[in-house]
Amino acid sequence: MIAVAALAATGVACAQSSVTLFGVAVQFVALGAHFVAVVQIIVYAGAIVVLFLFVIMLLGIDRTMDLQVEPIPLQRPLALVMGVGLVGLLGAAIVRARDSLAINPGTGLAVAGENAGHDANIQQLGASLYGDYVFALELASVLLIVAVTGTVLVTRRWPRSAGLGDGGQGGSDQ
Amino acid sequence: MIAVIEPTWYLLLSALLFSIGAVGLLIRRNPLVMVMCIELMLNAANLSFVALSVQLGNIDGQTAVFFVMVVAAAEAVVGLGILVSILRARPGATADDLAELKG
Repeated sequence: MIAVAALAATGVACAQSSVTLFGVAVQFVALGAHFVAVVQIIVYAGAIVVLFLFVIMLLGIDRTMDLQVEPIPLQRPLALVMGVGLVGLLGAAIVRARDSLAINPGTGLAVAGENAGHDANIQQLGASLYGDYVFALELASVLLIVAVTGTVLVTRRWPRSAGLGDGGQGGSDQ
Repeated sequence: MIAVIEPTWYLLLSALLFSIGAVGLLIRRNPLVMVMCIELMLNAANLSFVALSVQLGNIDGQTAVFFVMVVAAAEAVVGLGILVSILRARPGATADDLAELKG
């Protein structure tokens, strides 16, 4: 299961595939975080991936020229070395911290089907979101509104007669 | 179901996903794929959040995942909007062509 997600992630870096988001959602289900898994599928597969697909459809990706040209010499080998080093360092840190992870195992978390009802995860997460973190939740909604409105303003083609600047050389962005 | 796979493996997978995203961000020149790699790195962070939340028995990790998803969605929306408006003016531009901020 883990290998599938890792292979799919390699596919993201090489081709344009998004199977790894579903792989991570499967890991969430296996961990018992059901609400996060469903939100992962809805938000990523339902919104973000579709958004990427729309942009690909609008702009088009030419996959022929991408990996041949190398503008900065030695960039790709150095990047690969850095990636392997990052995996090694993080893996060493995780394996080394393995024993200290065993503190307080499994208490305080309502897991569906084991020590609570079938919607225990959602209830506990909702109580946390709307109890302790309600201010951050409101800020998140403000952030989403601002992001959507700003994107509409950025990508809109303004008419020339509106007098909002002539948009530089391209003429389409303002 | 909790103790079937210990969280070390989830953390290792998370590190692997993060590194793949970082390498992809470094070696790809298409800005669209670079944004996808950033999403992959955020997903890796989410996975480690959930794994440690389950291991430590604290729901706050899953709450943090929720906010990370909100930020990821906002980042994707703004990034793709800027990308569409750049690529509309200059079709086929790669990340190296956009090194100078002249629009």
